Amino acid sequence: MLVGHQPKEFLLAVSGLTVSFDGFKAVNDLSFYVEENEIRVIIGPNGAGKTTVLDLICGKTRATSGSIQFRGQELTKLRENEIVQAGVGRKFQTPSVFEDLTVFENLEISFPRGRTVFGSLTFQRDDTVKQRVEEVAEMIFLKDRLNTYADQLSHGQKQWLEIGMLLIQDPDLLMLDEPVAGMSVSERAKTAELLNRIIKDRSVLVIEHDMKFVEDIAHKVTVLHQGQILSEGTMEHVKNDPKVIEVYLGH
Amino acid sequence: MVINSRFFNRSELLGFLALAVLLLLILPLSLDIFRLNLVAKYLTYAFVGIGLVLCWGYGGILSLGQGVFFGLGGYCMAMYLKLEASSVANTKIQSTPGIPDFMDWNQLTSVPLFWKPFHSFPVTLLAILLVPAFFALIIGAAMFKRRVGGVYFAIITQAIAAILTILIVGQQGYTGGINGITDLRTLHGWDIRTDHAKFILYFVEVVLLFGCIVAAQFIRLTKLGRILVAMREQEDRVRFSGYSVANFKIFAFCAAAVFAAIGGAMFTLEVGFMSPSFVGIVPSIEMVIYTAVGGRMSIFGAVWGALLVNFAKTSLSESFPQLWLFGLGALFIAVVLAFPNGLSGIWADHIQPRIDRLLSSRKSKSAAGMIADGAPAE
Repeated sequence: MLVGHQPKEFLLAVSGLTVSFDGFKAVNDLSFYVEENEIRVIIGPNGAGKTTVLDLICGKTRATSGSIQFRGQELTKLRENEIVQAGVGRKFQTPSVFEDLTVFENLEISFPRGRTVFGSLTFQRDDTVKQRVEEVAEMIFLKDRLNTYADQLSHGQKQWLEIGMLLIQDPDLLMLDEPVAGMSVSERAKTAELLNRIIKDRSVLVIEHDMKFVEDIAHKVTVLHQGQILSEGTMEHVKNDPKVIEVYLGH
Repeated sequence: MVINSRFFNRSELLGFLALAVLLLLILPLSLDIFRLNLVAKYLTYAFVGIGLVLCWGYGGILSLGQGVFFGLGGYCMAMYLKLEASSVANTKIQSTPGIPDFMDWNQLTSVPLFWKPFHSFPVTLLAILLVPAFFALIIGAAMFKRRVGGVYFAIITQAIAAILTILIVGQQGYTGGINGITDLRTLHGWDIRTDHAKFILYFVEVVLLFGCIVAAQFIRLTKLGRILVAMREQEDRVRFSGYSVANFKIFAFCAAAVFAAIGGAMFTLEVGFMSPSFVGIVPSIEMVIYTAVGGRMSIFGAVWGALLVNFAKTSLSESFPQLWLFGLGALFIAVVLAFPNGLSGIWADHIQPRIDRLLSSRKSKSAAGMIADGAPAE
């Protein structure tokens, strides 16, 4: 055995990832690696391919070529629900919650048990489920709204609910697409607090425009531009990179 | 804290009881056997409606081909009855005695292989449930795994209804063709043509209907029911919560097919024949209209819709035969535009609150004695 010579085990290893839509390469030969318990923020101008990268990892979009390894498992060959079961959770940019269901039911559906047709027919709402739902509801500031239908929630509350739905899945890799977009200042502060609490013990991949927010949470920042990596490193490093300054100021 | 702790909530329980009283007491006592048999015929569509509530109302999967499954169930039953009616003694004037009459007319000399299992009553009962379920499974798997949905799915189901009709009409020697399978007499030796048999069959059907209502209600209240609602709104969110959306759609579609097939089998028994005119596009769309009028989100609404629209159809088409189809179309447009949740929506939004207010104000009046003189301004 070549102990000590093995490459470092990454949680997520994206290599040579390319996707082209009718010849347009939205993501072009992209490689990056996320470690266990790392918080990685992806920034970049509009159309840089940030959301597409998340779509590719969670299986919503199929890659043209390249590989995405998660804990040694090849994600590009799995279906969306299998990727979720492998431990990858995804929050969308616009809040997508089930508006005709209550907050409780929204969280319950995300509880990782009884995910087959038969399993969901025989699913019991037992104490474990109730406790976990109440626990998560407390974290996302919706403890007293459990019986409220989700369509009655404010925009910010819907965002929290969706984050809660991911939390209850307990993923190893959490992907958040602009979690504080469209929130009021006070909601933003609360969300930052919430995120800081939930990112413990897991890796997080975040797309965000709010630079103050990025500085607060990021371990490492990846700057995307035209589907490729422009710069990568600490926030300090990225901020002083002339290429990044040019792309951002050139607009 | 727990939201759906009871199987039926108060208004659902009332709905169940009201339907039970109507179907088990009022109608059998007040109608003659001819009219009661008509009600039985209407109710066979209620089975289809219950399936559509699950599949369309909850799951958001609009099928315009439920006649296919209604027909498959009906034909399975009709094949059994026809074989029983075609004993050698009954058919001795044919050139080949002992086979169904239409086969004889089409120069067939023996019963085809796929008819053979229908000599057995238990096999027939199983086939009524399994053949449509299997067929729905194949259609569902082919469509939903490829993410075909919405309007495209509706059009394809409609095409399947058309194809099956053409197939049945074309293969006259095997299916009885356009006339269908007629001259059915006995079920396991019991004559189904007598008034007494029709009376018994009516009650059998009502009991089966309540069984289906309870089964549908059970499905609705499990997590699967909530996943169907979730899927209708945010298919992607369900997928990214770790569920295989296609499998749940297939389940809903198969369940709807089985309900429709039970209705179809009862139709054959009540009416005494089965023909391709209950399989094709027009009957399939009518079934959707019954459900829409009753309320596609309500299991009881679907039953009422089937009863009332068919009742209107019979009475109106007796007096204005040409106008009926226009009336049906207008009704559908009116319901979709003005009352998207149908009769049950009108009940829940307008009538139920008024009754509640009336009851609660009466209660508070009796509690508060003379104080409650000035009615609240509203």
